[in-house]
Amino acid sequence: MNKHESDTGVGGVPPPRGYTSTPGGSNSLTPDILVAGRGLLKSYDAGRVRVLNGVDLEVRAGEIVALWGASGSGKSTLLHLLGGLDIADAGELTVCGLDPRNETHRIELRRQHLGFVFQLHNLIPDLTVEENLRVPALAAGIPQAATKARVRELAESVGIAHRLNHRIQDISGGERQRTALCRALMNSPKLLLADEPTGSLDEETGDTVFNLLRHLVRERGIAVVLATHERRFAEQCDRMLHVRQGRIEGSGSSGGAK
Amino acid sequence: MRFLALVFVNLRRHKLRALIGVAGISFGVAAMLTILSIVNGAIGMFERILSVESHCLVFERNVSDLFFSSVTDEQVVALRKMEWVESAQPLLFGLVSTPGHPIVTCFGVEGDNPRLTKAKWRSGRPEDFGKIAGGIWLGTRAADFLKVELGQKIEIGRGEFLVVGVLSTENGFEDGGVFLPLSEAQKFFHREGLASIVAIKLRDQAKAAEFSKAVAAEFSGLIALENREFNQSYTQFQILHFTAWAVGICAFLLGGLGVANTMLLSVFSRIREIAVLRVCGFSSWQVSGLIFGEASVIATAGLMVGFGLGGLALFAMGHAPQFQGYVQAVVKPAMVEGIIATSLVTALAGAIYPAYFASKIQPAEALRYE
Repeated sequence: MNKHESDTGVGGVPPPRGYTSTPGGSNSLTPDILVAGRGLLKSYDAGRVRVLNGVDLEVRAGEIVALWGASGSGKSTLLHLLGGLDIADAGELTVCGLDPRNETHRIELRRQHLGFVFQLHNLIPDLTVEENLRVPALAAGIPQAATKARVRELAESVGIAHRLNHRIQDISGGERQRTALCRALMNSPKLLLADEPTGSLDEETGDTVFNLLRHLVRERGIAVVLATHERRFAEQCDRMLHVRQGRIEGSGSSGGAK
Repeated sequence: MRFLALVFVNLRRHKLRALIGVAGISFGVAAMLTILSIVNGAIGMFERILSVESHCLVFERNVSDLFFSSVTDEQVVALRKMEWVESAQPLLFGLVSTPGHPIVTCFGVEGDNPRLTKAKWRSGRPEDFGKIAGGIWLGTRAADFLKVELGQKIEIGRGEFLVVGVLSTENGFEDGGVFLPLSEAQKFFHREGLASIVAIKLRDQAKAAEFSKAVAAEFSGLIALENREFNQSYTQFQILHFTAWAVGICAFLLGGLGVANTMLLSVFSRIREIAVLRVCGFSSWQVSGLIFGEASVIATAGLMVGFGLGGLALFAMGHAPQFQGYVQAVVKPAMVEGIIATSLVTALAGAIYPAYFASKIQPAEALRYE
């Protein structure tokens, strides 16, 4: 999409709230808009497999947005675009005022503004829980001494303080996911991107982790984009966006519990 | 947790793989240390043979090896008469064989040669040198490995000699060699009236250049060099140095390939982990730094182990009777610096491609497919 299209939106869709196009062509967001994406296209296999088919998305500070849909609908791909893990073939995207297509911006996003939680915990198995929590701080060059209290506070908030010196292989699946959640929050992000964070857990543990996640982000005013195929979790979010065949088909308040 | 901790975590995780990398570098270090030290020691010993009580060497111009140099007795006499010369000592080099020892260096010298008068005599007397017909004088190590002492006979080449003295000069080559009076040596090697070199002691060392010019003018077939000039220009020394470095660097190249292999395996086996680091905010430079950090740790460990192994090898060779005292290792600071630099460069060069590969890992792809 070019600059001129951005004035009217893709296919006549009006620009997301808070999104304006300046005469110079650069995008600026009102302070509470963290994600503004328009006309996002993504395909694989040299264009033969279209995964995202013109997605418009807006996420405000502090809100929990669910991307709900079946496997293969494009939820994870959209999440990857938001985190700069993948680059859109077309469309415009601004996250926390930065352009995820730009390598420098991507690194700044990951270090300062974003936290990731995956379906598989993706922790480093040979490190202890505490060392895993320190990885984002290490990437950002934050001195070890400065993160001590933060590590303890986060670990206590999810009930794994007693596991700080345990290696990842020595803790349970639920504890691993709680560790991953703490790691995502380590550098105090504005936006948490969670890709099926309960997908590898049993129902009870999944509920616990989801509730913890929701509690922690509410407490800290962090926005969340949650990709899930489980409607019960999606319905508890502020907004539930139904992702189907690479498009967002329906959106609106899900009436999720605050 | 510090950055270095992450480096060590991965090395600890694959101890055997890391050890193979360390072994590659350490063998390179040990090989280079051993070869260079032995070559330096050998050159040093040879330099000392030539420079005993002398400032300059006179030998045949354009000769490839001093063993083939010829300076006539007349030229020696003429050299002694030159105004700059305090003393001139002719020295004839030759190689002889004894039963069980195919190569023993033989030195043909005159009786007043300082190397004899300054030596420690284990048996025999310096004043008898050259005065006992059919006599031969042995270095202490030569006496030990030939298992002969004063008064015993020894078969050398086609002749039989009576041992009439055993002396120690603290120089491995001389100590492992045999001495004959110059005239006897000339006969033995069929080089009557010739010496290999003449060691010149000048009245005033500052006039060495003047002396060299005068030699060039008076003896067209000879050249005079100050000891320092000789050491720098002698082709054999240069060949030895070059060979030693070439062999050492080849050993290092093998070590470098070992490191490259280790680091590649290290990267391939944790693509997902590297992707996670990128997701957590690691830049491609930080990821590369991690790989180079691991290579540096391997190189450092390899250096320490290699210096240890090399030191042990040199100690063993220096004390093994089979080497006849010819191994007198000399470790120079510049050599150690060169080995350290070579090993670090080799290890880091071996890590370039793995680091590049790691820095290019796309998080989404790695997390999707692994």
